Amino acid sequence: MNRALRLIRRRLIGSIAVLLIVITGTFLLLEAAPGDAVDAYVVSVGGDASMIEELRRRWGLDQSAATRFAVYISSLARLDLGHSVAFSRPNLDVILERLPDTLLLMGSATALSFCLGTFLGIVAGSRPGSFRDRFLSIGSLALYAVPGFWLGLVLIVIFSVQLRWLQLGGIETIASGKTGAPRALDIARHLVLPVASLGFIYLALYLRMMRVGMAEVWRMDFVLAARARGIGRRRIVLRHVARNALLPLVTMLGLQSAAMLGGSVVIESVFSVPGLGRLAQEAVAARDTPLLLGIILVSAVLVIAVNLAVDLLYAGLDPRVGSSGEAA
Amino acid sequence: MIALRRFLRTPEAVAGALILAALLAMALSAPWFFPRDPQSIAGPALLRPFQDWTLPLGTDRLGRDVMAGLFHGARASLAVGLAAAAGAILIGAVVGTLAGFAGGLLDEILMRITDAFQTVPGFLLALAFVSVAGPSLATVIVAITLGAWTGPARIARAEVLSIRERDYVAGARVIGMHPLEIAFREILPNALPPVLALSSVIVAAAILTEAALSFLGLGDPNRVTWGGMIAEGRAVLRSAPYLSIIPGVALVLTVLGVYLAGEGLVETSATRRMNA
Repeated sequence: MNRALRLIRRRLIGSIAVLLIVITGTFLLLEAAPGDAVDAYVVSVGGDASMIEELRRRWGLDQSAATRFAVYISSLARLDLGHSVAFSRPNLDVILERLPDTLLLMGSATALSFCLGTFLGIVAGSRPGSFRDRFLSIGSLALYAVPGFWLGLVLIVIFSVQLRWLQLGGIETIASGKTGAPRALDIARHLVLPVASLGFIYLALYLRMMRVGMAEVWRMDFVLAARARGIGRRRIVLRHVARNALLPLVTMLGLQSAAMLGGSVVIESVFSVPGLGRLAQEAVAARDTPLLLGIILVSAVLVIAVNLAVDLLYAGLDPRVGSSGEAA
Repeated sequence: MIALRRFLRTPEAVAGALILAALLAMALSAPWFFPRDPQSIAGPALLRPFQDWTLPLGTDRLGRDVMAGLFHGARASLAVGLAAAAGAILIGAVVGTLAGFAGGLLDEILMRITDAFQTVPGFLLALAFVSVAGPSLATVIVAITLGAWTGPARIARAEVLSIRERDYVAGARVIGMHPLEIAFREILPNALPPVLALSSVIVAAAILTEAALSFLGLGDPNRVTWGGMIAEGRAVLRSAPYLSIIPGVALVLTVLGVYLAGEGLVETSATRRMNA
């Protein structure tokens, strides 16, 4: 447990530095954007020239860039992400309201791509160079070349327009009055196509990593030894080869979380899932830069948290990590 | 020549090279085959494909020629893909070389900045940059580069760290070469091959990101892009799905071609190194 605590502490210190750089970046973008927070506030709430002056003074916007940066940091420290013009509400409230849908979408898509990708990777990697291996390898490359949003549209044409199996739009039937299990089923039906479009793209990545990793393990001496001992092929594939190739995929899980969040922006707008990604697009359409930068900050925190969790998981799986004190 | 013959021996690489050659031909011949503005009206609206041989792929809901859009869209995809990948590799190589060669505080600062760029979802960063700077071909290229340079930077740094201690670098120090000259004339060229091996993945990702940006309406409004055509077709997805499907197929083939040719190149150079 001590090992895990030390790992957490080291990672947290690194994460704070990273977060500060991200905040500096968003501040620079905010400065570069036309108009400031007061302009935005006045557009949404209204006010005259004297009030604008007063607000500028109170929010420190008449100060130098360095002071403005200090004001920005201190308000972020109080979890104040500013005010949204488009929604006339605090940015953080709007963002937190949209977060659960995105987490559900991302979580399901990650589970789908990781499980199915790993399974197919084992199928391909169990006999390197076989027809099955080549077929899955080329197939996964083709899948990896498909843009997620386009796959989503094709799935809509097939399953919703042609076959009429699934209804579309949103995350659940609006005002259906359903609760409990029927509601969960309703949400699941709405999520099938978005999760498939987001998950299938990244499936290829895990498949390929698994396959390459297994090809390397096959060459190792202990596999030869296991074969010499007369252990069955299925057991060698699962217990010896696949197991050793699985570890790098866990790291990939954390690294892919940022890409997954980016991918969900487009997928959410294709399927009108009211999540964080759709909010980002709405913020762009409404030219609400502070809201957009708030989304970026929240997603950076999310990615840091996911990576921290993956590191801990990894430390649990691989006893070598963290014991020497050297960064993993 | 031997390398070329080896490259041509793998069927995947040949397929990739053929696709890319076709794409290049489309992009270069677009103004010659379709001299008219691809955004101008060419015929009746929503003409289905293979009905009229002057408009082989039909027209969209404003009567614009889909075939012309496909040819002109190839230009945008190719230009953005290549320019963003070149920018990402250049920035990544310079940052990685500086970090790896200098070490110490500079290394620490540069790598934390790299971490920060990897923490922010690249697509959200691109979205924010384009929405602040305004949509144009140049801002789209910069926006994609911002999210793509971190991979090359990490690989370049790892490579530089292993090269730094070699004898010829020590030799360059002894004859009094300036450290920057050693970093960029002696080390960087030798650290480049593994970075370049990544280029096909970066080009492919850049093309896909450009498509997604223009799908969301953040591409250059004065140019036809495949992503924009897909978004345009989405409005009539139920009645005329071909309008979204055709540019999507072009996109998939292009990215697949980049991957296949890239893998072929990497394999060719790997076997060459093994034989040497």
